[in-house]
Amino acid sequence: MSNNGENQGSVSKLTLKVQRYNPDRDKAPYMQEFTLPFRKGMTVLDGLLYIRENIDSSLAFRASCRMGICGACAMLINNLPRLACHTPVEEIGEFTLEIKPLPNFAIVKDLVPDTSSMFEKHASVKPYLMRDDQEEMEHPTAEFVQSPDELESYLQFAYCIKCGACVAACPTSATGKLYLGPQALTQAYRYCGDSRDNKSGERISAVDPYYGVWGCHFAGACSQVCPKGVDPALAIQLLRRKVFAQSLGGKERTPSPVAAPPTGSKEKIPVPEFTVTQDDRS
Amino acid sequence: MKAQSSERRYLENYLGIKGWVWGGRYRLERYLYTLHRISGLALLFYFLLHIAMNGFRLSSGESWTSLMDIFDTPIVKFGEYLVLAGFTFHALNGLRLILQELGYTLGRPKPPVYPYVDALERRRPIVFVMGGVIIILLVVFIFNFI
Repeated sequence: MSNNGENQGSVSKLTLKVQRYNPDRDKAPYMQEFTLPFRKGMTVLDGLLYIRENIDSSLAFRASCRMGICGACAMLINNLPRLACHTPVEEIGEFTLEIKPLPNFAIVKDLVPDTSSMFEKHASVKPYLMRDDQEEMEHPTAEFVQSPDELESYLQFAYCIKCGACVAACPTSATGKLYLGPQALTQAYRYCGDSRDNKSGERISAVDPYYGVWGCHFAGACSQVCPKGVDPALAIQLLRRKVFAQSLGGKERTPSPVAAPPTGSKEKIPVPEFTVTQDDRS
Repeated sequence: MKAQSSERRYLENYLGIKGWVWGGRYRLERYLYTLHRISGLALLFYFLLHIAMNGFRLSSGESWTSLMDIFDTPIVKFGEYLVLAGFTFHALNGLRLILQELGYTLGRPKPPVYPYVDALERRRPIVFVMGGVIIILLVVFIFNFI
């Protein structure tokens, strides 16, 4: 572990080189260095919060949940897109970190990227269930039946938190502004692969153009940086296979049926003896 | 897409072609992508050069012979070997990409359990086998150039 010549145990200072840019004042981004106290278990987000609270309150970055769920704090940390809240400094192994906003997105201010293009592309691939039985979709009577195997065929791709790390890592997104990007294409496959859906043809026509699924060159960087293990590279290749199969005349699947209404004959599970009942409390 | 960036004075931050070459701290497959692009462009350049050089045959037999005499040097021989190496890599990696880009050999989606291992990493042995075959072929090709 390299740490600027000091042993990890004795390190007391952390240096963060942060890219700054204020559109009202600056013509171009520049790097600013902050030195702050280091403590064990500190994440990069902890460091940024420390700077904002104690050194420079004008530092702009986006963060919310602090536990890798909201996806707001994705940024380029030491040349790799990561979630700041999910990245302990010790995991990187260096105590001088370079932090920049996610590339392949416009910069709003300092470390805040404009991810609206990603959300527009996400919406363009129709990321929701589509079925022929419109009446059941609008006035559902019961859940749709789905086996554990059918669930597992797309579940991995449903964990996307839309942080944009995959788009920032993608070399095709680096040049192709129109390219839908790994996030949107993965969500297209997430619904195409769902057994409850049977209108993947509509979704496929959205991803079939040159700026869609065929733009991927399978560098695999998206899967490496995904903080939730979604594996966009796999989803895009499976989507490609689906698009290819449809171009050869593949047909839509029959969607999962609606579950049969409960018969009411199921035996109730007996309440264990140790459970505190309402009578015990009174 | 809306041109929001210009309206709100957001700063464009696309990595551009630098994003193809400069990978950052990425793994093997990301650099195979870069090498595939570079070898592809190099092969294209070689083919153009090859066609131009063969054009000398149209003028006269002597000009062709004198051109070949100029090229009969160890540096050009090494260059030809590099072209063959580039072709071998591009062809074999291309076969891997054709198979994997249609979803073959990648396996099924798996529930993400930390530490996450994605499909490319699970299938890393394919890349190692490909690399082994390339090295064996390149060693064999050396004897053609000695």
